[in-house]
Amino acid sequence: MVIEQYTITEKYNFPQPTIDTTLPQRFLEQSLYSLKQVQHQPFQLNTQNFQQLNTTEQYPSSLQLKPQPILIKPDRQETLIVAIDTSTIKIGETSTGMIIAIRGAITWRQNRVYKYTRLGPFIFHITEENKNQVYNALERAYFCTSYGGSHQAAPNIMQMPTRLASLLERWLQTMLAKTVNHGVLLFDGSLTSGTIDTPAQRMREILSYARRNNSTVLAFSKATTLRANGILITEQLPNHEPPYLLETTGIHFKPPIILLGDVYVARLNKANFAFRLDIDKEIPIPQRMEAIQKLIGNDLYTQSYPETLRLSHILCTFTANEVLAMKHFITRKHGIQLINRPDMHKLLFGPFGKGEIYA
Amino acid sequence: MKLYKKEGNILQIISFPTESAEKGDYLLVEDQDAGKALIAQVIDVQFAAVPGVLEELLRTLPDGGEPLQGEDIDPMEIAPHITYIQDASLLICKIRATLENEMLSPSSSWLPSRSQSTIKKLSIPMLMKMAKIDGKLPIILGGTKDSSLLTIDASSIDGTLNIITGKKGCGKSHLSKLLMVNLIGYKATVVIFDLNGEYSSLGMTNDGKRNMYYDKIHTLTPSQNFKVALEQLHLNTVMGILVHALHLPGTSAREFRQLWKMLKEKGKLNMHELGEAIRDLNCNQQVRDALASRFHSLVNSGFFTDYPGEATLLEESLLKAKEQGGAIVINLKNTSNIDRQIVVEYVLGKLVDSLSSWKLKAVFLFAEEAHLYLRETYWDDIVTRMRHLGIFTTFITNQPDTIQETIYRQADNIFLFNFTNEHDLDVVSRAARVDAETVRSIARDLPPHHCLTLGKVVSDFPIVARVRALDIKTLGETRLFFKDMN
Repeated sequence: MVIEQYTITEKYNFPQPTIDTTLPQRFLEQSLYSLKQVQHQPFQLNTQNFQQLNTTEQYPSSLQLKPQPILIKPDRQETLIVAIDTSTIKIGETSTGMIIAIRGAITWRQNRVYKYTRLGPFIFHITEENKNQVYNALERAYFCTSYGGSHQAAPNIMQMPTRLASLLERWLQTMLAKTVNHGVLLFDGSLTSGTIDTPAQRMREILSYARRNNSTVLAFSKATTLRANGILITEQLPNHEPPYLLETTGIHFKPPIILLGDVYVARLNKANFAFRLDIDKEIPIPQRMEAIQKLIGNDLYTQSYPETLRLSHILCTFTANEVLAMKHFITRKHGIQLINRPDMHKLLFGPFGKGEIYA
Repeated sequence: MKLYKKEGNILQIISFPTESAEKGDYLLVEDQDAGKALIAQVIDVQFAAVPGVLEELLRTLPDGGEPLQGEDIDPMEIAPHITYIQDASLLICKIRATLENEMLSPSSSWLPSRSQSTIKKLSIPMLMKMAKIDGKLPIILGGTKDSSLLTIDASSIDGTLNIITGKKGCGKSHLSKLLMVNLIGYKATVVIFDLNGEYSSLGMTNDGKRNMYYDKIHTLTPSQNFKVALEQLHLNTVMGILVHALHLPGTSAREFRQLWKMLKEKGKLNMHELGEAIRDLNCNQQVRDALASRFHSLVNSGFFTDYPGEATLLEESLLKAKEQGGAIVINLKNTSNIDRQIVVEYVLGKLVDSLSSWKLKAVFLFAEEAHLYLRETYWDDIVTRMRHLGIFTTFITNQPDTIQETIYRQADNIFLFNFTNEHDLDVVSRAARVDAETVRSIARDLPPHHCLTLGKVVSDFPIVARVRALDIKTLGETRLFFKDMN
């Protein structure tokens, strides 16, 4: 496929001479390919945000939380703190599929100033017919650069938004792991892998690239289902002055799911919030502590959550204004007509019809 | 543009950045199925309440107000669409009329289709053609925003009550001069109460040469070239001066009436004899004192003379103006408050006399800052009795609250310049032919020399125009201390 009017700007703010842009280029190609198939079709407005949650993760009964906190002190030695997050949204439905948008954001703090690079949005029209083509083309693009030739089965159409977003997220994580030296890489979520959208080998590679560049990956989960003695691990905080970490033991998942990190509970300031923190298992304990101390010495953490990661999330999230703009784009550029199909729940049940989510 | 809401006679229209519309512009909302169109005027431009804009703005300010620096790699070029949506504006428009079968009606009772209506800008020439704002006696007021001319018909200010108001230095006097010279051009008789002596130059060009109006401008300066002899005066006029300008009590007024009649019978109606008669008057001491003090006021004004050769007959100037058209400028500069009132009483009394006896057909009276010389009871008189006699007044003021509310209610035309003060705008918005929202919203943003014309002259379609320049010598400019130092 020849793309004439669209090109990827090959320019990042990281000191790396050559950046592999294959995946975004494929994202763009597949996006345009998918949108061409929906031209002159009416589509139903139906905006819905997708949350990338680890639904396969079930907490092991043997999990224990060490009551003794590991005290940490801010290390103000200047360190590059980089965070990645991606977001996806369903813009609407067509008679054959749905229109979604994906965007990724990288944020970093340098010289006390936050900076960012946003990639996207990429808009896709996903149908039963094209989902294999779109997904496999993107996978191939990834494997061409990382693994070379492997092939994945395309997911269910409803899972496509989160799967495509995961693909972009992993690619961004790989790029950062390859390019950032002596930094702290903040990932959104956990280091659990072996799932369909996070193959273990892929995550191992990312962590390996980071270690090779003397960087440490810290993965923060906004929500966790892990419990010790039946209570969420983030709600068993000792009466101790933060910042501190709590160490967990005895976490084992059923294959193929594996955990590539050690799980901690991080309470970084006096705000009564704590988060699950996964740190690469292969990294020695002192280096882990050094990384977390550099994080709290270089980043802000007003609600016990790193500001860099918070910004990444905020920057990639789609606002209503952007959704309107994307609708405007697909109407103007691809001739897709917007229609407002009646909501059957509302039509049938009047004020008692609260929509499909509540049905 | 898309029709969003209609509440009463207010339309809300969504406009996108490529469709520029500003306050004062006219829009045509056409519903082809209904065969009708609404003519609406933009009275305010707001940001459209686009969902998500707040989040969009907030996320660029994460760290103590410092903007977040970054780069967006946007291969699909969605960003222009985001800006396009974000910069959408909401036009608040006032419905002015409905167009149906090429006829205009002031109705706003029907609802055009939200989805099918087309909205486009209506140019001022097109609007003027639709509203038939032209005529056989055109007066070009100035240029509108779309580079067309705003032309009104002189007959639309005939028989009307007009107000020219706005902040200091925004061009009120300039507009009144423009109206005057055009009226003179159409052989109308114009009388001006010139408070600052700035209208006497109407007959001169900027470079001091005589212009086409030179012979039609008659400047009368009280106590200089404008004096009257008692024998030329009607008793009613003199009584008006004594009672209203000099506040002579009733009993004394009765005595004066008898004195006047007695002197007239003897053929000795002059200031000298009047003074003698008051001195020799056999009556109550207080009455004599009251008459004596008023007599001295008349003498001190310098406006009265015993030499008929010195007396300029206002009536003569008026008759001259009646034949060829002309302006009688009553120069009230350097005239004291009491003297001003004496002169104004005299002039108004004389005008009423001339109009009552059909010596004059009608007079266009221009009154600057009328509160400084017009007595209380004249306000109502002007809008009722005097108007029916043929005195068509234009009030010019920078203090709109000095004009009585009844004047605003009866005003046919308002030429409104910039005002920023809420109180001033509130006062003006009391006028019957004006809606408060239009006045508040448009007048506040008018640049200098731009005038919002409201009322009969524009067929009730408020139009903003920049008042055109006149080649007339400017007088009455504020004297400045630092003017020659720079």
